[in-house]
Amino acid sequence: MIAIIDYNMGNIRSLGNAIGRLGAEWTLTSDPVVIGKASHVILPGVGSAAEAMHNLSDLGLPPLIRRLRRPVLGICVGMQVMCRHSEEGDAGCMGIFDAKVRRFREAEGIKIPHMGWSRLSNLESKLFKGIDKGAYVYFVHSYYAPLCPDTIATARHPELFSAALKYENFYGTQFHPEKSGDTGEAILRNFLEL
Amino acid sequence: MPAKRIIPCLDVKGGRTVKGINFEGLADVGDPVEMGARYAAQGADELVYLDISASLEDRNTFTDLVGRIAARINIPFTVGGGIASINDAARLLDAGADKITVNSAAVANPGLIEEIASRYGRQFVVVAIDARNIDGVWRVTTHGGSRLTDRELFSWAEEVERLGAGEIMFTSMDHDGTRSGYPCDTFASLCSGSGIPVIASGGAGSVDDIAKVLTEGKADAALAASIFHYGDMTVRALKEDLLRQGIEVRI
Repeated sequence: MIAIIDYNMGNIRSLGNAIGRLGAEWTLTSDPVVIGKASHVILPGVGSAAEAMHNLSDLGLPPLIRRLRRPVLGICVGMQVMCRHSEEGDAGCMGIFDAKVRRFREAEGIKIPHMGWSRLSNLESKLFKGIDKGAYVYFVHSYYAPLCPDTIATARHPELFSAALKYENFYGTQFHPEKSGDTGEAILRNFLEL
Repeated sequence: MPAKRIIPCLDVKGGRTVKGINFEGLADVGDPVEMGARYAAQGADELVYLDISASLEDRNTFTDLVGRIAARINIPFTVGGGIASINDAARLLDAGADKITVNSAAVANPGLIEEIASRYGRQFVVVAIDARNIDGVWRVTTHGGSRLTDRELFSWAEEVERLGAGEIMFTSMDHDGTRSGYPCDTFASLCSGSGIPVIASGGAGSVDDIAKVLTEGKADAALAASIFHYGDMTVRALKEDLLRQGIEVRI
């Protein structure tokens, strides 16, 4: 069973739909027992990092998530709260990935949020098995994790940032695999096969 | 910059995709879920579904439809048509919509943009602006272009961005439905002045019109309906042509 963590952060329906399209069983839960027993755990996130950490802490989940030894995938803000810190609301985060999340700098011709389809490069994990360099995935974010030792994929807006992170059994994608067409489905399938 | 986006738009009434014919009536052009899936498979970057019905019964049908779209489609989709309150927005979010678009209701009550954006995030709110050029001034219109307001396009665009819009979808009511191209100078001014993405809508008759609004017009995305619905061109063929012209699109 795949556990999608429910911590009251925006639209998680689309993620469940995407997992369902792959034919996998999933449940939406904030129950530590269910999360602890799951084969795979997904931490979605739409909203702000500070609010996300606040909600996770209210449920007592950060220590549990850090202790998980099964594959864990954080998506978008879900990935950001697995970093050390986020500039968004000056939030202390879970510290799984060795990165501090920053806001994109305002600049001529650069639109924030970074919204739309951008190319992946420097793919370095089984998560991207069968995915070609230059494949497009869908992003919607104003904050990003800079390049760091845990970076396993990059994208540009316009500078390079971490499109995905990995530390041991923990994975994070800044993009939304559940909204990234066939490429996103392949990445989710790879995650479920970890 | 992300790739330029191509967004098919589907008008929905009574659970079916419809298309107006010369202001005389509506033709049923297919099932919204199947059409959306087909466009997604052809390489559409997003989809927009607009509920053009008026009755409460149809509104519930549309909400059910949004749930079925969310279950099936693996790219982002926006829904709109008659969203007048945060409860309308919440109902569509719960059904699985990635974004909503507001138009007339935002002009009547700009606070609605702020309310929806602060609750669900900027990325969820697309503000549609319809305007008409009256003696050299782009005047904002509502109710499908039938009502002229005192607002001016560029100042309204700045205001909606400040209030929390994540994207602007601009339609020139002088060009909409004419298939004669977009007002590219106006788009260029709008896009240069905007810190959020601008979607060009209304007026596409050919690949070159779309190419022009994405280059000269600096638009981030182009929305089109007729050229796809009637099979003039597939999304894939359009994108291949744009790519040949040196425009970055996702193939």
